[in-house]
Amino acid sequence: MNEFEIKNLKLKANQIRAEIIEMITSANSGHPAGALGITDFFTVLYSIILKHNPKNPKDKNRDYVIISNGHIAPVLYSILANENYFSKSKLKTFRLLNSKLQGHPHQNSLPGIENTSGPLGQGISQAVGLAVSLKRDQKTNKVFCFTGDGELQEGQCWEAFIFAAKENLNNLIIIVDRNNIQIDGKSDRIIKLNSFSKKFSSFGFLVIEIEGNDIKQIEIALKKSIDKKTNKENKPIVIIAKTIAGKGISFMENNYIWHGKVPNKKEKELALLELEKEKEKIMWDN
Amino acid sequence: MEKNIINNNNNKNNNKSKIKLKNKIIKNEIKMPEILSSCRDGFGEGILEIAKKNKNVVALTADLKPSLKLTKFEKELPNQFFDLGISEQNMMSAAAGMCINNKIPFVTSFAVFNPGRNWDQLRVSVCYSNSNVKIIGSHAGLTTGEDGATHQALEDIAITRVLPNITVIVPCDKEETKKATIAAAKYKGPVYIRFSREKSLEITNKKTKFEIGKANTIKTGKDITIIATGITVQFALEAEKILKKQNISTNIINLHTIKPLDKNTILKYAKKTNCILTIEEHQKIGGMGSAIAEFLIETYPIPIEIIGVEDTFGESGKGYELLEKYKISTKEIIKRSKILIKRKENYLKNKK
Repeated sequence: MNEFEIKNLKLKANQIRAEIIEMITSANSGHPAGALGITDFFTVLYSIILKHNPKNPKDKNRDYVIISNGHIAPVLYSILANENYFSKSKLKTFRLLNSKLQGHPHQNSLPGIENTSGPLGQGISQAVGLAVSLKRDQKTNKVFCFTGDGELQEGQCWEAFIFAAKENLNNLIIIVDRNNIQIDGKSDRIIKLNSFSKKFSSFGFLVIEIEGNDIKQIEIALKKSIDKKTNKENKPIVIIAKTIAGKGISFMENNYIWHGKVPNKKEKELALLELEKEKEKIMWDN
Repeated sequence: MEKNIINNNNNKNNNKSKIKLKNKIIKNEIKMPEILSSCRDGFGEGILEIAKKNKNVVALTADLKPSLKLTKFEKELPNQFFDLGISEQNMMSAAAGMCINNKIPFVTSFAVFNPGRNWDQLRVSVCYSNSNVKIIGSHAGLTTGEDGATHQALEDIAITRVLPNITVIVPCDKEETKKATIAAAKYKGPVYIRFSREKSLEITNKKTKFEIGKANTIKTGKDITIIATGITVQFALEAEKILKKQNISTNIINLHTIKPLDKNTILKYAKKTNCILTIEEHQKIGGMGSAIAEFLIETYPIPIEIIGVEDTFGESGKGYELLEKYKISTKEIIKRSKILIKRKENYLKNKK
């Protein structure tokens, strides 16, 4: 990836962040911090890695994106609109009556929404079920599944992980958004899960750890995750993406209170202004 | 593993003693042909038959392969079989994931775990998405027997039928379970099939019609209508013969599909007899009787007697002994039929 491409992806991520702020403030409801933190990852995945076809969302050769931490829905909706799965005008209906953009994703409510999630843990099992059935059919499609570090406190996740390892699901890539926040505070203070890397490798995963807001690192990790040569033992893959919750909005960054808090009018203006300044910086940066 | 061994042993012991007990129940009443059949065998045969024809049909187990009669399935169709280990929650959501790849997964376990333990996964991953998952809850009801209250699902009909999009089927014998299994695979959307561990009298045969959502009328009469489901249909048939001797003529309906309710048939017989008695091996609260009462209270309110478990847990014991103790029996039908007829007479008198 050259500097020009990186710049373009950064601009795209900046645009998505602004849309996330717009969606959540116009609904006056939603979860900003997680969505903003994982935006760079979604941008790289959909733009340069994922095999997908917005013109034919059910394309048999597509890779699948399964969301397990459903509260990050705004980033999914925004990226899908940016990739032309549906009109951007729909974004302003987020969380409103009669909208297809539900508070948490509802399978097939709009093209590109592959699964239903919200109650934590379930998306991971869905991804594992999908991956194992693809593998039995000897299909080569990949399954990318997003989860959060707080979500991994749910027991169901670990049921799914042991099964994924047993079935050698090398077509499954779990992305852990390691932002260290959840509703009640810093994740490590609520339940200390210690080393994610050690946990996953002892559960039979190939572990890749990166800075999850670094476009270049995300690209390298994703390419590695689908490269057969790096995974000779056919293990399921986990990318532990260390991200900054609320990334891009200075007063939200790394502050757990923004997990499910909506910015007020003044905060919204401030947030959009910061994103605008960042955009200019990206454009003129050499 | 341990779970399976214990259950297999129990089955062997239990079948013998239960057949004895069965004879005892019937001895004082009317002799019936003693052909016993097992719903579990019907499921095992049904899923194998349909999975051979349709490669998208897959079977999932959480370490209960022999109890659900899937040993042969695994042997013959290993590529369509998944053992997820003891993880019912993962199993349910994983099945929903398989549907994205057009599979028709049968999620199988004891009813206390499936849909008991994994109800949230059934609600969100399966029903809300209208995923094409089939849920098999075996060892339902008191007749699970010796394992005791922890393993006796008495709430599963209530917690499934309350969910949108799902179909709930309670077959009465082996043949009906086989047909229900095949019909479920061909039906698009979530289906829950619940049955007992115990053997029961064979009620249906290969020629008996089975259609999801269409009740089977087994006997017709003019005084009362008994609606039974699952293992209790045999009690209704026994009761019918005894009541006949006492000049009470009975309609018997085998309501194998609890959701969607066959409203036409229920209303037809409600109007015919002006009273209904229901029996099921489940809590009274939220079960089949409740479903029928919910419907009739808004359309044709008549006296109804509901036989089911009276808001209590079960206990260890032999299956049919427990049904006697908890009053899910032929004797109870006879007793409650007489109460019902009196209520009906008063009702008709007051109506005039």
